[in-house]
Amino acid sequence: MISELLINAFLVTIMLSIAIALIKTRTVIFTVILTSAYSLVAALMFITLDAVDVAFTEASVGAGISTILFLAAMAYLPKKEEESISSEFIPALSCIILGGILIWCSFDLPEIGQLTAPIHQHIAPEYIKGSKEDIGIPNIVTSVLASYRGYDTFGETIVVFTAGVAVLALLEKKNSAKKNKSQPKQKIRKNA
Amino acid sequence: MHNNPILRISTKILFAPIILFGLYVQFHGDFGPGGGFQAGVIVASAFILYSLVFGIEAGKKLFPLNVNLILLAFGGILYGGVGIVSMILGDEFLAYNILGSSPQSGQHIGILLVEFGVGLTVSNVMIALFNAFASYDKIKEK
Repeated sequence: MISELLINAFLVTIMLSIAIALIKTRTVIFTVILTSAYSLVAALMFITLDAVDVAFTEASVGAGISTILFLAAMAYLPKKEEESISSEFIPALSCIILGGILIWCSFDLPEIGQLTAPIHQHIAPEYIKGSKEDIGIPNIVTSVLASYRGYDTFGETIVVFTAGVAVLALLEKKNSAKKNKSQPKQKIRKNA
Repeated sequence: MHNNPILRISTKILFAPIILFGLYVQFHGDFGPGGGFQAGVIVASAFILYSLVFGIEAGKKLFPLNVNLILLAFGGILYGGVGIVSMILGDEFLAYNILGSSPQSGQHIGILLVEFGVGLTVSNVMIALFNAFASYDKIKEK
């Protein structure tokens, strides 16, 4: 119990310090790297919650591939973020109010791991039983993802596919436009 | 990065184990943590690492663009196809029980195929996105 508390406190401290560093930094590459580090700490937090599959996804997608894609996309951004001139009072106030509301709401959440919590009463017992008897797969996450919730995963796959194709279509169009004409190229140079 | 021997040699050593680990995550997802999404990203990272170190052209030679685009679409088709096949065999869309001799083996076959479809789409979308961004940069510089 104490060790769990210590580990959680340690991870939350690291997360908070990364978040503060993220606010302070104005260099885009640091922002990308810090976001990646934040994802890695989040993955560790998911492990302490025994959600290994989610932690795996967070580590590979959040900390791994999205960092690479951000870095690849970063080549088109200015190296440094511009200092904002407008007042920071209203954004800070709205963040504090929203955070306060969220913390206030969290008091109503059931304790982690409590058996009587609604989430463990609904269809979860059926899935846990059925995963062994009907599907015969030890990893319940996979049986829920691919079989019980096959429609949702199909939708997710199509979303990934559509997003990829959309980005490809956008970049492809600009690529061919620039190949054909030299005028837009100069325009972009000026803006940069 | 082309002339750095440490990067070149470690990439050559790491490339096969990364793909092997990706396949392990893909096909061992029934028994341990993992599945199509994570495996797709891991396999894609091997190809992206290769492109980063040896250059985008070498990466395209290793994994041609048209193969990439075909596999990208094929993953989704495989997933939907499993659903259609189960419908043709007389069950509901994406009901795997009918695919095998017993309901359990049917579920095994269905989940394996569906996860493979997810893995194909995810890995190829990631590789295609990286290639698109990297090639876009090159044209901009010309």
